[in-house]
Amino acid sequence: MQTQRPNALFRNLTAKIAALPMIATALFVFVGCTLWTVYYSFTKSRMLPSDKWVGLQQYERLWNTPKWQIAVENLLIFGFCMMILSLVIGFVLAALLDQKIRFENTIRTIILYPFALSFIVTGLIWQWVLNPDFGIQQVVRDLGWQSFEFNPLFNPDIVIYGVLIAAVWQGSGFIMVVMLAGLRGIDEEIWKAARVDGIPRWRTYVFIIIPMMRPVFVTALVLIASGIIKVYDLVKAQTNGGPGISSEVPAKYVIDMMFGNQNLGQGFAASTMMLLSVAVILIPWAYLEFGRKKHG
Amino acid sequence: MRRLKAILAASTVLCATAAAAEGVKLEVTHWWTSGGEAAAVKALADVFGEKSQNEWVDGAIAGGGSTARPVMISRITGGDPMHATQFNHGRQAEELVEAGLMLDLTDVAEAEGWRDTINPVSLLDSCTYEGKVYCVPINIHSWQWMWMSNKAFADAGVAVPANWEEFVASAPALEAAGKVPLVVGQQDWQARGAFSVLLVAIGGTDLWLDIYANKNAEAVRGDAMAKVFEAADTARNLSANSNVGDWNLATAKIINGEAGAQIMGDWAQGEFAVAEKVAGEDYTCLPGLGMNEVIQTGGDAFYFPKHDDPDVTAAQKELASIMFSREAQVAFNLKKGSLPVRGDIDMSTANDCMRKGLDILASGNVLPSSEQAISQDTEQQMRDLFIEFFNDKSLSTADAQERMAQLIEQAD
Repeated sequence: MQTQRPNALFRNLTAKIAALPMIATALFVFVGCTLWTVYYSFTKSRMLPSDKWVGLQQYERLWNTPKWQIAVENLLIFGFCMMILSLVIGFVLAALLDQKIRFENTIRTIILYPFALSFIVTGLIWQWVLNPDFGIQQVVRDLGWQSFEFNPLFNPDIVIYGVLIAAVWQGSGFIMVVMLAGLRGIDEEIWKAARVDGIPRWRTYVFIIIPMMRPVFVTALVLIASGIIKVYDLVKAQTNGGPGISSEVPAKYVIDMMFGNQNLGQGFAASTMMLLSVAVILIPWAYLEFGRKKHG
Repeated sequence: MRRLKAILAASTVLCATAAAAEGVKLEVTHWWTSGGEAAAVKALADVFGEKSQNEWVDGAIAGGGSTARPVMISRITGGDPMHATQFNHGRQAEELVEAGLMLDLTDVAEAEGWRDTINPVSLLDSCTYEGKVYCVPINIHSWQWMWMSNKAFADAGVAVPANWEEFVASAPALEAAGKVPLVVGQQDWQARGAFSVLLVAIGGTDLWLDIYANKNAEAVRGDAMAKVFEAADTARNLSANSNVGDWNLATAKIINGEAGAQIMGDWAQGEFAVAEKVAGEDYTCLPGLGMNEVIQTGGDAFYFPKHDDPDVTAAQKELASIMFSREAQVAFNLKKGSLPVRGDIDMSTANDCMRKGLDILASGNVLPSSEQAISQDTEQQMRDLFIEFFNDKSLSTADAQERMAQLIEQAD
């Protein structure tokens, strides 16, 4: 008798049934709602969704709006600086903590602490710290430095860096912990071998440890990047987009359009642009990163 | 899509309102949360409590209109409507009415003759859609005021100015005395409002109507408007050192004499009242910047989302009728500092500034509010433009003028 080959579809049936609700949710919520949003971004939807098709009109308006242009520019500055600063500060702190120092637990807790605060609280704290009348500027002036000026939140040219400071303060502790876990995963033997070969510590870090920590860096990168693209609450609490519109970000533009302007179509167009920009970066990268592993 | 939503909304309402045995509990949502505002709502609820078997359940939403409106709208469209809700009169709730989510109040309005007693009639017109009445106007709030600190001008050694030009002339003295001549906060609607007041004061009522009612973009490009933008340029220079966010904190600078003047609607009066300041002695109010005395008839109105239970509908109509009653109008508006919507009531206990407003209203110098003329979308784009203009000196008056013209061209 011939043995019947089990149908691939029914292999591991229980596991597949168990995963069904999640698959349905993912399809409906993520894919379904995304398609819905993209479709309605081509309509003249105002407060309520409508089917009146207007083609690319919402996108034309979007890219002609100074508020959106400033938001995109801010996101680029913020994203670039945030990425570099978080990774560098996170890694350096982790490397310093990894020197078998005393009170490591205490210091780690203190540095990680800001991460336990929401962005709203972070934004408010830094709004006060950077307030020219009673924040850093005033404290330094009271110490006798009368001409000292540090007032980023009311200066349209540098306000985004004021937001950046708060974001780095909040986020770098977490990146440090991720990096620290990565460093702890490095085999002690590698350090010993490097020492035997007489390689200086910094060269060991740069040429041996960091390449070995590639998966950890990828994780950190994804965490930071998703934080950057969705930054909204921090800006909302700290500057509310001001002064003027100089610290607007795309996510805030979307919310403002959908609810403040009661213009869903415009909000959907903006969020579709956000999705598109993420996809443009993410898809080739994911292909390189994960596709290669499968074949190699 | 809309019909589906309406059906969904209606079906959930059935369960929500089944528990109406004796008095119906009416949930009323609004965004009046500051001291004076809360007192005014309480006065209104008290009048309702005396006159009716039904119960007022207060649903205040903190954070101002721009925070509250999305909550209200998503509750109505999401099938969990309250029984009555505040909106500014105008076009904010237009689409909800179009979608058939609001209760038709025409029978109440006709039975009580709202059209005969309301003043000005334009208030009722902005509640009317295709000949039917969908909301109760409850007060009039006008933007056209400038509030000045008598103390600041005394400190600077100059007389309190009687119009915008005198104010601009006195600004250097204020600056020399270490005062901010004109305080404008960082909320976008503050900058937008200040500009509109300048437009009416300097450009005149007709220019305003031509731009907002007729959507004439060429009028925005004209010379009269260039003058308005010049004045706005002066205003942004005078307000450069405001360093303040919320409007009431800006008003506080007037109250304690740190700043000379603030262009703000008559709700600022509530702040002066809470600080126990006297109009004429501690502060001076200047309607229409002393150039063009006119009252803008913006303000608040209540809408009643549709429910299927006839008891609830009856209670909603009763509430609508009480809100429009003489008693409620007097009690509410005295506390709120706003003007009543009826011309036939006694407001003898009103203070100086409020009386000035009532006189202007009686003389018929009225203008619709921009919310009545343009959609929320256009309104918000204007706000974005003017908050940028007031904060970014590199945006020239000519560029701003052209951008405003484009917004009016696209307006709907």
